[in-house]
Amino acid sequence: MKNIIDKANQEAYERIDSAQVFLTDIKYAREVLPTLTEYVIGHAGPPIAWPDMCGPMQGAVIGAIKYEGWADGDDEAMSLIESGRIRFVSNHSMGAVGPMTGMITMSMPLYEVLNETFGNRAYCTFNEGLGRVMRFGANDGEVVARLQWLEKTLAPGLKKALMLSGPINLKVIITQALAMGDEMHQRNIAASLLFGRAIMPYLTQVDMGSEGAKIVQFILGNEQFFLNLAMAAAKATMDPAHGIKNSTLVTAMSRNGTQFGIRVSGLGDTWFEAKPEMPQGLYFPGFGPEDANPDMGDSAILECMGIGGFAMGSAPAVVRFLGAGTVQDALGYTQEMGEITVGKSNSILMPALNFTGVPMGIDIRKVVETGIQPVINTGIAHKRAGLGQVGAGIVKAPLDCFIKSLVAFNKTLN
Amino acid sequence: MSSPNELFTQPLAVINIGLQIFAEALQVQGVSCVHVDWRPPAGGDADLMAILARLNS
Repeated sequence: MKNIIDKANQEAYERIDSAQVFLTDIKYAREVLPTLTEYVIGHAGPPIAWPDMCGPMQGAVIGAIKYEGWADGDDEAMSLIESGRIRFVSNHSMGAVGPMTGMITMSMPLYEVLNETFGNRAYCTFNEGLGRVMRFGANDGEVVARLQWLEKTLAPGLKKALMLSGPINLKVIITQALAMGDEMHQRNIAASLLFGRAIMPYLTQVDMGSEGAKIVQFILGNEQFFLNLAMAAAKATMDPAHGIKNSTLVTAMSRNGTQFGIRVSGLGDTWFEAKPEMPQGLYFPGFGPEDANPDMGDSAILECMGIGGFAMGSAPAVVRFLGAGTVQDALGYTQEMGEITVGKSNSILMPALNFTGVPMGIDIRKVVETGIQPVINTGIAHKRAGLGQVGAGIVKAPLDCFIKSLVAFNKTLN
Repeated sequence: MSSPNELFTQPLAVINIGLQIFAEALQVQGVSCVHVDWRPPAGGDADLMAILARLNS
């Protein structure tokens, strides 16, 4: 049996390693995600019903309804939800991802990322910036107005710039940024600037009227701007590794703020779920662990392809932001993740670790056998809707997800 | 080694397997000690160990 599983995992690993991902276009959700019709909302993590959603997720849902104009105010939005008119769908099931609450509705603009090696595409929303934003559950007029600006101003500008620039190689940017100290989850400074360098010569050729300066400021003024691009790149990278018979490789980890779930290549579309752990990290002034919402978002797709927490050894600057101890601890995390992965990347290399590739492709057998839990770098949301990010830290994927999937995998062999 | 008692009359070189606290206790006392980071597979759960044995056979 070992040889059969190892061979299947090697195939999955090689598909991840050989991915070539490009930002090719900006599309509106209604154009490319047919599930997202009127009154349908995509969310982060495994499928979840309204009563089970955490505070920030519920707040974001109300915001998404107002953004689409399906209701005028909070009360009307609540009535719509309670009437059962709103349908919820997991982003991953549509080939899409979103950070934190991960809201996607039909009018939202999305990055379209093509995995040229396999021809598949993946999608992610734009990063809204920091502060009061929908991904943390905020839903007031300012939040909705910003989303409308992304839809009506930034998206058309970026789309035109991309038509001039041609596809932008995101794997190259990720590799370069890793060498510059980013791990692409909680540190995207270098990657955001590299993306800015790639798009600005073309963006400045686009007639953006009086909005030009605002668009440039929005892209370059947000150190996490690249996060959503990295997520779309990771989703496009991981999807071809899914659905390989006899493979025990993890193709997605994601959280809806209530449950943590994983999907395994050889186990179809089933989510194996467990209660998420609380992030351990540093809190912004005035906040503490009592304010924190459980771990949330589709962004753990980054760790599946070996960046984020798995590449922390190459991102020493992020260690203190996360309260993750010393640089030596960061090296230790990366080395430990090598114990539970199928292989190392041949192209995403870590100079600080003598150009070793990032550890890539989590094997559920190795997680259960060693008890080593995948480490994820994460933002920490306030548990009340709309208060935003209150810190950043490290969280470990709950072991129970991997145990449940291993037991299920074993049953498929009976 | 003719007698176990002789073991304790000469300098010890210890290999500690499992709990790191034992290695640290020896190191504090100046005893040369190499720690091996080991834990029982699957936390010692017999059912999971049986599954792993099957999948890794």
